[in-house]
Amino acid sequence: MKYWPYLFMLFSLTLQAQDSVVLSEQCPPSFELRSGQCYLVNRYQFYDSLQDRGVGGTQTGLPAFRDGFSPQQIDLGRYLFFDPLLSKDGSLSCASCHQPALGFADGRARSIGMDGQVVKRAAPSLWNVGFLKKLFWDARASTLEEQALGPLFAADEMANTPQKLLADLTGNAAYPDLFAQAYPGSDAPLTLPNVVHALAAFQTSLISLNSRYDRYALGHHGALNEQEIAGMNVYRSFVARCAECHTPPLFTNQQIAVIGTPEPEGMPLDIGAEATFKAAKLKGGFKVPTLRNIVKTAPYMHSGRFDSLRDAVEFYTKGRGHAVPAGVDMQIHWHIWEPKLTEQEIDDIVTFLGALTDESLMPVIPAKVPSGLSPLTGFQPTLNQQQAEYTDE
Amino acid sequence: MSKGNIFAVVLIVAAFFVGRHWFADTPTVMTDSRSGAGYSGGAESTGSARSGLVRAIHTAPRTGTVHEVREGELIMDKVKVAEPGDTILVYPGSYSETVYIDKDNIRLSGVIEKGQRAVLDGKGHLNDAVLYSGNDIVVENLLITKYKGNAIMGQAGNNFEIRNNIIVDTGVYGIFPQLGKNGIVTHNVISGIEDAAIYVGMSDNIHVAHNQVFESVAGIEIENSRHAIVENNYVTNNTGGILAFITPGLPVKTTYDVIIRNNFIVGNNHPNFGAPGSTVAGIPPGTGILIMAADEVVVEGNIISDNKTAGIIITDHNNAPNTTIDPESDPAPDKVAILDNLMHNNGYDTIDEAKALMLTEFKTGNPDIVRVGVSRDSCIINRHQYVTVGVDNWAECGFTHTGDIMTYLLDKPVEPREIDPSEVGKVAYLGICAGCHTYTGRMIGPPVQVIQALYMDNAQGLADYIANPVKKRDDYPEMPPQDYLDATTRLAVAEYMLSVSK
Ligand code: HEC
Ligand code: HEC
Ligand code: HEC
Repeated sequence: MKYWPYLFMLFSLTLQAQDSVVLSEQCPPSFELRSGQCYLVNRYQFYDSLQDRGVGGTQTGLPAFRDGFSPQQIDLGRYLFFDPLLSKDGSLSCASCHQPALGFADGRARSIGMDGQVVKRAAPSLWNVGFLKKLFWDARASTLEEQALGPLFAADEMANTPQKLLADLTGNAAYPDLFAQAYPGSDAPLTLPNVVHALAAFQTSLISLNSRYDRYALGHHGALNEQEIAGMNVYRSFVARCAECHTPPLFTNQQIAVIGTPEPEGMPLDIGAEATFKAAKLKGGFKVPTLRNIVKTAPYMHSGRFDSLRDAVEFYTKGRGHAVPAGVDMQIHWHIWEPKLTEQEIDDIVTFLGALTDESLMPVIPAKVPSGLSPLTGFQPTLNQQQAEYTDE
Repeated sequence: MSKGNIFAVVLIVAAFFVGRHWFADTPTVMTDSRSGAGYSGGAESTGSARSGLVRAIHTAPRTGTVHEVREGELIMDKVKVAEPGDTILVYPGSYSETVYIDKDNIRLSGVIEKGQRAVLDGKGHLNDAVLYSGNDIVVENLLITKYKGNAIMGQAGNNFEIRNNIIVDTGVYGIFPQLGKNGIVTHNVISGIEDAAIYVGMSDNIHVAHNQVFESVAGIEIENSRHAIVENNYVTNNTGGILAFITPGLPVKTTYDVIIRNNFIVGNNHPNFGAPGSTVAGIPPGTGILIMAADEVVVEGNIISDNKTAGIIITDHNNAPNTTIDPESDPAPDKVAILDNLMHNNGYDTIDEAKALMLTEFKTGNPDIVRVGVSRDSCIINRHQYVTVGVDNWAECGFTHTGDIMTYLLDKPVEPREIDPSEVGKVAYLGICAGCHTYTGRMIGPPVQVIQALYMDNAQGLADYIANPVKKRDDYPEMPPQDYLDATTRLAVAEYMLSVSK
């Protein structure tokens, strides 16, 4: 099921004249408009979860979600997200590294930022990011706003400065008006806090909760085939234990876990959350990533060591701590053990993970962005993209 | 009556039983001892209604279909057709499969005939025996052996009852309800488990009683859970007997309000065969009760004897091996209360760490109680009876018993959330249809206005279309079937779609 390319064509009409854009008054799909703000609506909201933590089994409520943005803020965020004007020299937008067709990741082991610099880590998917309490692989940011300041001003990513960013936006023909629409009643709507606020608003609209797995979980047992069900049962078994960390319904429990994945050849060890929490026991610890839309986001792990999903899954059965460099003391998580998964079981898990794909609420890529730069700047059709399309039936 | 007649009668009776046995067309009728009349005894009884709760959550007679499974058949075939409220009776014989129940209110019940049970045999290669995610699940009377993962594992089911099972040499955990509320684990016999025989993880309102657990690394573990009672269990020859833990790094961060009472915690000196890196792999053999970071744990009325390291160890995270850190969970066990327990012959071959601690207090003898690390506002009564270290400055408890608390089970099972039928339509519409249909504009599908004009008040017609859409428009793609929504939801969403006005 791939409908989003149509969206791209159909909506090229919305932005005819650069300077007379009217931001959407509608909430994105899956959101309900109440007193001018958009609130998430989803079938999982019919269920509770223990201590409201949003982790559990099939019919479990979601964790707290960041919503309450206005339709205009979400729409403004969409333009900003796709606009390369946000980078130092117009060469990168957020979408360059978080591409819609690649699960809002970029198909690279490690992202490529300003002037071709290769950054330290892989771009994570942004689907369902509005549920996350901690952001970045090492959990160093607590809000989407705080997070966005990272790539905007990091020398190896968008390499901008607050001064230049605000000057470029203020000098643009459309943005002052768009910010006024999104933040009515504010004397100075075009501020850095509002830039990152609008970016946050847009990112929370990336909802993926209607995969075939969800249809199964919510009661339609015909939604998964025999092999997928077999894979699901291995996945949640206490032998593989995937569900203990990648816990439904989000397929992450949002905790830090030290699992000891290898770095790409020649790269130094990334200590991960040890730096964030100043705790040696968290050396090599990373935030458990969601596995939703996982077939779209190869390569895998924080620095993209594994090209294929099967390799990433197989990692777990190659021995506890097998990839920890000699001489490094890492306190590997207790759920990482010797499950001795069979080849068949590994295949079944991979097949099951394919049932976690849902892009039905793919946002519309703006046909044009206010800067006049291409909203597809930095997009590349990669091998991964072809593979992903192939696996998505 | 002549002798011949008696013979004939006997024959007829025998034929009757043989027939039952061979053809077994009627299910075995079990007398349900969990409800019905109770023994009133000589004295006037009080509180019997409450004590019934401790044995069963679901006491109403079951009205659903009874599915029978016999050797050679698959239990799963019956689970697949079972509806909420149904019972699955598994007759004696050997079954080798993983039974997964993603439905509510199913009772999976073994039939025990002359001591013969339905045996779930994992043959050393299957992962888990029973895995459920539904609410109101009962698993009882089975014999489970040789699985690699868990015997019985719950993932977020509320109101569970796991009872009368025998679990032998089965993988990691014997019984592991996780992320559930209101459940009981009673009358199970479990041995040979390489982690905890009974492991209650991230759960609330739990009753673990009358179980026999032995020759496992941990007997009974209450982890990141609240309002739990562990009572009247026979816990012997494990590495560690009964554990109350906060394990750091889990999404639910606390353990408090746990009562450990009236258990036999005897001779838990089994060598530790826990998996490397597992939290229990760090437990010294000979530990009766281990309280790590858990708060408000009351220990009362237990017989704690012959545990060679110590009767009770209380530790914070910083002094426990194999634990990580978690900024969100408090590492100290606070408000621990040790009431009267019979403690005898513990600590006779204790670990060096305990000996070193004793030296700091100039104490000698075999330790019954060892406290290490921070513990705030904890208390103890009759401390003079025991050899202790680390509790001299604990307060005297302000209470002496837990007799006023029968159980922490809820008076009524956790109810599913009340869902207004109009909500069902709205949620499905906004969550699913709105991805392709808007009110006025053309999106992937035609505008809702157009659809409203087509169907007017024919909600059923619309509901039928979405279950099985046919191609109608040349300039639109095909609409994917929405048959994964049940009939009620399809009608509700149809009605909602016909009612929206923007
Ligand atoms: C040069 C490529 C690049 C650009 C441009 C970029 N990102 Fe990222 N993004 C990354 C990488 C790499 C990470 C992971 C970094 C880390 O964890 O240390 C990341 C992480 C994130 C995360 C955290 C997700 C999670 O699950 O923790 C969010 C949210 C995000 N980016 C949003 C944005 C936004 C908004 C922009 C535009 C302002 C942006 N990114 C621009 C590469 C990029
Ligand atoms: C102890 C917790 C834990 C368990 C158990 C676990 N994972 Fe992970 N998983 C993680 C963490 C943490 C990462 C990120 C590690 C890194 O990047 O170095 C991860 C990463 C992944 C990734 C890559 C995701 C991406 O976006 O790059 C996949 C795929 C994955 N896990 C699948 C599985 C499967 C399948 C299982 C069961 C066999 C499993 N995991 C068990 C914690 C866990
Ligand atoms: C993935 C996109 C998609 C989703 C999701 C979707 N639809 Fe449709 N729908 C379409 C398309 C495309 C058509 C046009 C089909 C045609 O004309 O052949 C359509 C047509 C229809 C029609 C017109 C039937 C007729 O007789 O002309 C109805 C009614 C309808 N959809 C209802 C729904 C409802 C209710 C939902 C939510 C449960 C829904 N749709 C979800 C894409 C979708």
